[in-house]
Amino acid sequence: MSIIKTTNLTKKFKELLAVDRVNLEVEEGECFGLLGPNGAGKTSLIRMITAVSPPTSGEVQVLGKDLQAHARQIKAVLGVVPQLDNLDPDLTVLQNLMTFTRYFDIPKNEALRRSDEVLKLLELDGKRDSRLRELSGGMKRRLLIARGLINLPRIVVLDEPTIGLDPQGRHLVWNKLADLKSQGVTQLLCTQNMEEAVVLCDRVAIMHQGKILSLDTPGGLVSRYAGSEVWEIEPDPSEMEAMVRELKRQGVDFEEVGGKLHLFQTGADQIKGELVKHLKRLRQRPSTLEDVFLRLTGRSLVE
Amino acid sequence: MRSFSWRFIRVWQRNRDVFFRLWHSEAPGSIAEPIFILLAMGVGLGAYVGLVNGQSYIEFIAPGIIASYAMFSASFECTYGSFIRMEYQKTFDAIIATPLSVEDVIAGEIFWGATRSMMTGVIILAIAAAFQLIHSPWALAIPAVAFLEGLMFASIAMLFTSVVPAIYSFNYYFTLFITPMFFFSGVFFPLSSFPPIVQSLSWIAPLTPVVHITRALVSGEFQPYLLWVFLLIVALTVIFFYLSLVTMRRRLIV
Repeated sequence: MSIIKTTNLTKKFKELLAVDRVNLEVEEGECFGLLGPNGAGKTSLIRMITAVSPPTSGEVQVLGKDLQAHARQIKAVLGVVPQLDNLDPDLTVLQNLMTFTRYFDIPKNEALRRSDEVLKLLELDGKRDSRLRELSGGMKRRLLIARGLINLPRIVVLDEPTIGLDPQGRHLVWNKLADLKSQGVTQLLCTQNMEEAVVLCDRVAIMHQGKILSLDTPGGLVSRYAGSEVWEIEPDPSEMEAMVRELKRQGVDFEEVGGKLHLFQTGADQIKGELVKHLKRLRQRPSTLEDVFLRLTGRSLVE
Repeated sequence: MRSFSWRFIRVWQRNRDVFFRLWHSEAPGSIAEPIFILLAMGVGLGAYVGLVNGQSYIEFIAPGIIASYAMFSASFECTYGSFIRMEYQKTFDAIIATPLSVEDVIAGEIFWGATRSMMTGVIILAIAAAFQLIHSPWALAIPAVAFLEGLMFASIAMLFTSVVPAIYSFNYYFTLFITPMFFFSGVFFPLSSFPPIVQSLSWIAPLTPVVHITRALVSGEFQPYLLWVFLLIVALTVIFFYLSLVTMRRRLIV
């Protein structure tokens, strides 16, 4: 049974259709990624799923229950890690966590034990009694994640959990999230970091202009939309037009990206004739989720 | 209409913890100012003022000072304080992602504002008692009245906070609403100095009934109309409390 299920979920702000009839099913224990450019509707979708924003129409079921009718009960098993820092700047690290345990009615002894546990998990145990202003940006982000785990959630919803982290911090968080998944905690992850999606997610939905464009495993998406290899060619501007025409004629799957051509290769050499001479100036690389993302959501800025 | 649950106490606790961590950054100022007012107006100006009933001027103004500063406490807490938590620190957003609802958060804020009023009331009452200005044991009820008053002013402030676009808008709230009440609610002179029409108008100001009740508790002299005055405070509190829950939900839940 899916642990989160949305049916024709829609959110409209005045003229803007932020989320447009989205049907999603997240399975228990999986890490589900939500990818999309800025303004795609990811945050609006997540806000509805975490019961802090009412849908304009459609419905959300979490753990088989209607979210609107059981908001309090469902919010008790959700861990929410927001994109923006909303920690309490006037309290210490430990007080931040302890304040949160009260919202979940966790008894004090248990609360202290869990606070120490999550601090240790995110390698913040040395900062237990520090003031918030003594924390680096990366530590604050880890504290946000620690706080999201304080109620031993069954579902963790993370909105850009590694934004602004250095590589060490990012890998630390990825490790911890992978551990969490192995413990059976379901994760719904919003990200613009393709590597993050590949490392963490079992399935990925690509969202654009309020709609889910495609949904599959990261590998599945790559082979479906970007083949196994990308050949990048940078022709002379004068030759560009002729090349594009020739590629189209030969039926090669390609995309024009800012003065370059990306040819999506599925294995066997597809290019013949006149084009072959250009292959000298070719850069070959494996296809990535980023290629899929750019293909599906367009090259230009959406905003 | 959605109501709040007992969980509002969690928000109250959060605000209490922050307050007692930072109290030294604001509390001394809020104690010093009423003392200055009592001294400047009561002792300084009071030397030139003769009251008809032979009361000293400082005795006359003491209950109004208690009521006024209790009003200021709740008003500051639920305008600037709540707005900073809501808009800058995003504290409300963090809390409503837990089992608490918007109504729990707002009720917690208002009850905390009322607690600040009560704390202020107690402190100024103690100062007034030290000046030997308190003569009736009924004065022991002043903290409770200050709490109720705080609920009322916190609710009114919260209603305003739910509609302001920016923090600067609170200047209007204080210069056009709170400060005029401080001067025209019978704190510094009896309202009988004004023409009857102005006297009736001053009853629109929610501070006026509180000043009347506090004055009666300090002197121990009660009149039947005070019951209606008390009920007026309760009614205003209930109305503004629930209004602010509704308008805050409208602001926060989009």
